[in-house]
Amino acid sequence: MMMTVSQQIVTIAVVVLGTMATRFLPFLIFPPGRPTPEYVKYLGRVLPAAAIGLLVIYSLKDINLLSATHGLPELVSVAVVVWLHLWKKNMFLSIAAGTILYMILIRL
Amino acid sequence: MNEHATISKAFRAAFPVTLPILAGFMFLGIAYGVFMNVSGFGAGWTFLMSLLIFAGSMEFVAVGLLLGAFNPLGALLLTLMVNARHLFYGISMLEKYKGTGWKKPYLIFGMCDESFSINYSAKIPEGVDRGWFMFFVTLLNHAYWVAGATVGGVLGSFVNFDLKGLEFVMTALFVVIFVEQWMKQKIHDSAVIGIAISVLGLILFGPDRFIIPSMIAILAMLTLTRKALERKTAEAEEGGPA
Repeated sequence: MMMTVSQQIVTIAVVVLGTMATRFLPFLIFPPGRPTPEYVKYLGRVLPAAAIGLLVIYSLKDINLLSATHGLPELVSVAVVVWLHLWKKNMFLSIAAGTILYMILIRL
Repeated sequence: MNEHATISKAFRAAFPVTLPILAGFMFLGIAYGVFMNVSGFGAGWTFLMSLLIFAGSMEFVAVGLLLGAFNPLGALLLTLMVNARHLFYGISMLEKYKGTGWKKPYLIFGMCDESFSINYSAKIPEGVDRGWFMFFVTLLNHAYWVAGATVGGVLGSFVNFDLKGLEFVMTALFVVIFVEQWMKQKIHDSAVIGIAISVLGLILFGPDRFIIPSMIAILAMLTLTRKALERKTAEAEEGGPA
């Protein structure tokens, strides 16, 4: 059965609330006025590197190694982005070349 | 420098770094709008949801929620699960978002994957106001997403283009940011922990469930190795640039 409009609005409000909770919580627990615990400061220093690593894997999570391409277009394109970026250090070049390569590879 | 000059300088510094997001969000936003349209929701709904939720993957999930049975508690739990990674972003940005005044609530509201990774890693040029720079990065990303989604919602199934694969622009952006951070770090332990545990989590729990177990394992690993990591960091800093 289809939801009523008010039920849909409640559902959207809940999704907004849940999303905002995950974004605001750390800032509410550790407000700037009070000293932040040393452990949390330590996490603030080391966590970003791990979080960006997690984000890379998250953006690749739907790779299917058992599919027809075995995830090769993704893996090859990521490798090219890393190599190009270590070599030329040009953000636009690395992103554009990697994306165009990927779009070609999935059409082969 | 007067207020107007400060603002326009920050905008001119922020706009170029958001260009990859412009490409990615136009594509993903339109795809989302079309998806909403074919799921029976008008462009008004798409506009509101993209404006208020501003969390790409969650908005695709939300369409499924809207088409299912009414279950607010289930929707809340699912949202917390899908978006739990934002907790890590918040802890990482506690210092950077400090002192940004009235812009701070908006910076936190708009802290999607892309705003976080750019605001965390961007080398803000000398003389550019940090608060305004991060504000414009967030605002532009938000505008791209809402514009893309609304266009997709209006055009609906009339959209007929073959840009399959353009979404890889996001992966490429995150990989570039990872490499940039890697080159800056003297100690790579945390980056390696992040990648290794996430891959392991993905293999063990699958694409829909791996985020929370991976986050817990990352936290545990960083906590257990804290002493060693802090010592290594201190030594690397004493030893000068590596």
